[in-house]
Amino acid sequence: MFDGILSITIFLPVISAVIILFFLKNNNSIRYFANFTTGIVFILSLLMFLNYDTESSGFQMIDFFEAWIPFDYLRSSYIVGIDGLSAPLVLLTGILGFVSTLASFRVEKRVKEYHIWLLVLISSVFGVFVSLDLLLFFIFFEFELIPMYMLISIWGSGRPNYSAMKFVLFTLFGGALMLVAILSIYMSADVGTLIMVSIPELNIVGIPDLIQYSDLLVPASFIFLLFFIAFAIKLPSWPLHSWLPDAHTDAPTAVSVMLAGVLLKMAGYGLIRINIGFFQNTKGFTVYDVSIFISIIAAISVVYGGIITVRQTDMKRLIAFSSISHMGFVMLGVSAIGTSSSNTSIAGINGAALQMFTHGTITGLAFLMVGYTYERTHTRHIPHLGGLWHKIPLIAVFFFISGFASLGLPMLSGFVSEIMIFLSTFTIWPIATIISAFGVVLAAGYILWMIQRIFFGVKPPDEIFSDEIYNQIEDVKKIDLLPILLLTIPVFLVGIWPSFLTEIINLGVEGILR
Amino acid sequence: MNFEFLSYLVILLPLSSFIINGLFIRKFFGSAAIYAGYITICSIFFSFIISLILLIQIIVNSEQFIFDPISWISISHLYISFGIILDNLTIVMMVVITSVSLLVQIYGLSYMHGDKSLNRYYTYMSLFTASMLGLVLSKNIVQLFVFWELVGVSSYMLIGFWMNRPSAANAAKKAFIMTRFGDFGFLFGILYLFSLNPAYLDINILYNAVNNGEISSYSASIISAGFLIGAIGKSAQFPLHTWLPDAMEGPTSVSALIHSATMVTAGIFLIARFFPLFDVSNIMIYVALIGAVTSVFAASMGLVADDIKKVLAYSTVSQLGYMMFALGIGAYAPAIFHLFTHAFFKACLFLGAGSIHHASGTFNMKYMGGMRKVMPITYITMMVSSLSLAGLFPLSGFWSKDEILAHAAHQENILGYVVLILGLIAAFMTAFYMFRAIFLVFHGDWKGGGESEKKDLIKNQQSVHPTVVKPHLEESPKFMIYPMLILAGLAIMIGFIVNPLIDLFFIEKHAFAHFITDNYEVFYGDKTKIYKAGGSPKFDLLIALISSIIAISGILLAYAIYIKPNRISIHKNISRGIIYKILNNKYYLDYLYEDVIIRKLFYKKLSGVLRWFDENTDNINVQISTMVTRFSRSILFLQNGQTQVYVYGMFIGILVLFLLFYLRGGLI
Repeated sequence: MFDGILSITIFLPVISAVIILFFLKNNNSIRYFANFTTGIVFILSLLMFLNYDTESSGFQMIDFFEAWIPFDYLRSSYIVGIDGLSAPLVLLTGILGFVSTLASFRVEKRVKEYHIWLLVLISSVFGVFVSLDLLLFFIFFEFELIPMYMLISIWGSGRPNYSAMKFVLFTLFGGALMLVAILSIYMSADVGTLIMVSIPELNIVGIPDLIQYSDLLVPASFIFLLFFIAFAIKLPSWPLHSWLPDAHTDAPTAVSVMLAGVLLKMAGYGLIRINIGFFQNTKGFTVYDVSIFISIIAAISVVYGGIITVRQTDMKRLIAFSSISHMGFVMLGVSAIGTSSSNTSIAGINGAALQMFTHGTITGLAFLMVGYTYERTHTRHIPHLGGLWHKIPLIAVFFFISGFASLGLPMLSGFVSEIMIFLSTFTIWPIATIISAFGVVLAAGYILWMIQRIFFGVKPPDEIFSDEIYNQIEDVKKIDLLPILLLTIPVFLVGIWPSFLTEIINLGVEGILR
Repeated sequence: MNFEFLSYLVILLPLSSFIINGLFIRKFFGSAAIYAGYITICSIFFSFIISLILLIQIIVNSEQFIFDPISWISISHLYISFGIILDNLTIVMMVVITSVSLLVQIYGLSYMHGDKSLNRYYTYMSLFTASMLGLVLSKNIVQLFVFWELVGVSSYMLIGFWMNRPSAANAAKKAFIMTRFGDFGFLFGILYLFSLNPAYLDINILYNAVNNGEISSYSASIISAGFLIGAIGKSAQFPLHTWLPDAMEGPTSVSALIHSATMVTAGIFLIARFFPLFDVSNIMIYVALIGAVTSVFAASMGLVADDIKKVLAYSTVSQLGYMMFALGIGAYAPAIFHLFTHAFFKACLFLGAGSIHHASGTFNMKYMGGMRKVMPITYITMMVSSLSLAGLFPLSGFWSKDEILAHAAHQENILGYVVLILGLIAAFMTAFYMFRAIFLVFHGDWKGGGESEKKDLIKNQQSVHPTVVKPHLEESPKFMIYPMLILAGLAIMIGFIVNPLIDLFFIEKHAFAHFITDNYEVFYGDKTKIYKAGGSPKFDLLIALISSIIAISGILLAYAIYIKPNRISIHKNISRGIIYKILNNKYYLDYLYEDVIIRKLFYKKLSGVLRWFDENTDNINVQISTMVTRFSRSILFLQNGQTQVYVYGMFIGILVLFLLFYLRGGLI
């Protein structure tokens, strides 16, 4: 691939946002231009994924600009690159970015601003997954808040201001902790760099190697905790999850897709890249010591999220809560680090990384289908709905697929990552694993019950969802199948032939665990 | 011939018809969705032919095939591959699945005629058959689990096929979630097995390990217990049986397939597949007891059911209990033999029930009667299959049931006698309820069918189920009749032909039992083991006589109650009793599960309390933010933009500093 492809991919959405800002006035041309951009970005991300050289592994497509912030007291460089861990997430961002603009065709309110913010959001998410410098990582991680705040509070429904503010405050709180952690690593005498990884080809020795023998400014366990809290909020993990249902429920469809699909994955990525990558062998502390707590939190998240999901009556809120449960599996996979057998750890963390990708596509699809249904019924309150199968069979079929994938049906992607995680963590944390595995039974309960109430039976009499609306409902148009298929194909592909992802992920995970 | 390709083809044919039907039929053929039926029938027919070819190959060359697996996931030590085991157990299952499925698909052409979603029906049916075939061919336990779940989901789709009916949607959901509980146990077994040694996921390696004594009895017990829970869920054994009677909400042809060859036999197959593992575990006794108790328990509910499909459903549960306890006492071959014979006559009975509904417009036996005159062929086939199910000489059910009971008697321990007695009680009940059904449906006077049921329901202000329709009394069309005739023919003689007492032309004595136990991988040619597992059973005349007498007395009792002219008054007397009430309410288990455990305990209490907790902890966040706002508001008056206030503040500040300086002699 040509040089700079990664940087181009990151900044292309921002550049086109600027073009929209200054040059485009017509709503339709804005829409098409935004879709054109994200389409290109999707193709670029797919190309990068396919061109990742599995023979040589390591970091590839690196863009390195050493003197980004050249001051002695803050030596930060602009360095981006992808490895096996980030390559699938880059692809996921490419897919979901394209899907989110495609799903925004029916947004009529302040179209120009909407697309600008959406494009900025896509750029900043890309940045998080490819930054190899901690400060750069942090900047992207925090920058994403601005477009999210705007998108939820202006184009949201329900209580958008409340939800947007809650989202921002929770994440900022975590971000503040993370900044302290970053600075305390950087200022430790023996470290003095912000580069997150070692890259032998460029003679870069990164934090994971330096941190092992250094006396840190503050105890390593404390730094670990700061990072961990920041990511646990974002994941989100029990008991720091309460921002998520509100933000999801009130966000517009495309933003929900992005939020569930990729924004949550930033946390899982951080957990693996930083919490596991840095703290395997620091003085006086290793991640092995605390992995039991990680597994406990994971099990609680899975079951707690699952049990509460059962009671939700809002379609979107239901899927949001199920996300808490499913992201708990990522946490559970991460807890596989707590064993002396590196084989088991590798398999578990692979499962966690795969779960991020699969959850991204499955939940993205679920939110998309909820959005389409809501557009037609004008209510998301499940008891008001019913008997929609014969009215909107295509929506129903893909709703089904996302539902079954999310409850872990084999041959769909959710099963693969879940079984990988369970098989590896069971040897280490049998009880936590069994409790979490029960989350799969719960998932069958809430998903099937929701599907039954929305699509089966007959329409109940209702004022909001009146018979007139019901009779006028039409199925999705052909053009809407594009975003749907973009998400459905990976669900099937990973479910049937997981190796094409796991091979690449494994290279990344092995690189991190060494 | 390339047998590897052929055995993959057996699965791929119905799978491709699933894909073709699902993606293309509706689109290109529009209303002519009947093509989906032809495609499905063709693909399953070829699967059937291939199964026969493979069967002959295995019999003639007495060899078994194990094909190199394809890697599915391979990360460090986590290696999951998909391969094929084609041994004697598998090939028997394959023949049963493809033949019954083929006949059911042909039956469906007529039975489902005119349904708008015919393509959907055949799409699911193809997937159902394909996943069941995949299940029996699996070489890896995770692979088996994959198909196990796919069987579950396709049955979900089929049970809920008429999804506009709330009852169908409920039944489908119930079936999936109840079996999911079982799957949870199965998954636990897999996880435990994997933690012992990742390589054990491969079934052949597992067999070797068991044979070499690598797996302790303790570990084997834990794993088998997990697998047993899975089997209990899938094969509808007590206490996870409640989904099966409700599964009647699907089309009757679907029930025929679920109850005979696919779905419920998967649990029995699972135990048979891991028989060596169960054999070294300590839980065989529980397998036997659960099976025996279920066989009586389910049969007792069948005694009072008015819905003919419910009667048949309870008989399935009861017969699966038979297979289960046969496996539990180590009678491997008789269990599979019973699975084999049962598949044909049970499929025939269900197809017959569909045929009866076709004419009478109802499934409620109270509104039928005297139908033998209008549908003689259905009558004969139902009669034959019922006699076979009751275990009358010389029909096929007799041979398999007798072998199981003889095995129980030959155990010569308490467990053997307990299951023998329970088995005999179940046999009596079976004969009684089957002939109660036969007499109510085919004998006596016609009571108006769906029309009069509808009237009664409306009179009692109850909801009318959509299956209650106007009767049109005539024999069913030929596509429905021929499959029933073939199955009835099999119900007559297949039991004797495949497993005769004497050498029969080229079929040797006990051919089936030998064939099943001739499974090197399972028994390692261990003579005593093979003998115990039913390799060459002795025919026990005494047991045969006792069970026949019991079955005949059951039939006679049914005759006495339901054919005598005063039967209605007797029926009324029975229905006043408390036992009748308990049985009719299915021992209140549905009430316990759905109302008490799920609704009250789980939904209202646990889930409700947790949600309350969640919302209130979330309030803490809100409280914190309000506190911050309130605090900032309380000091807001300082920032009011009036210069004099700021000057006051400055003045006070300087004063404080001076005081500090003066009192302490310095700032610090």
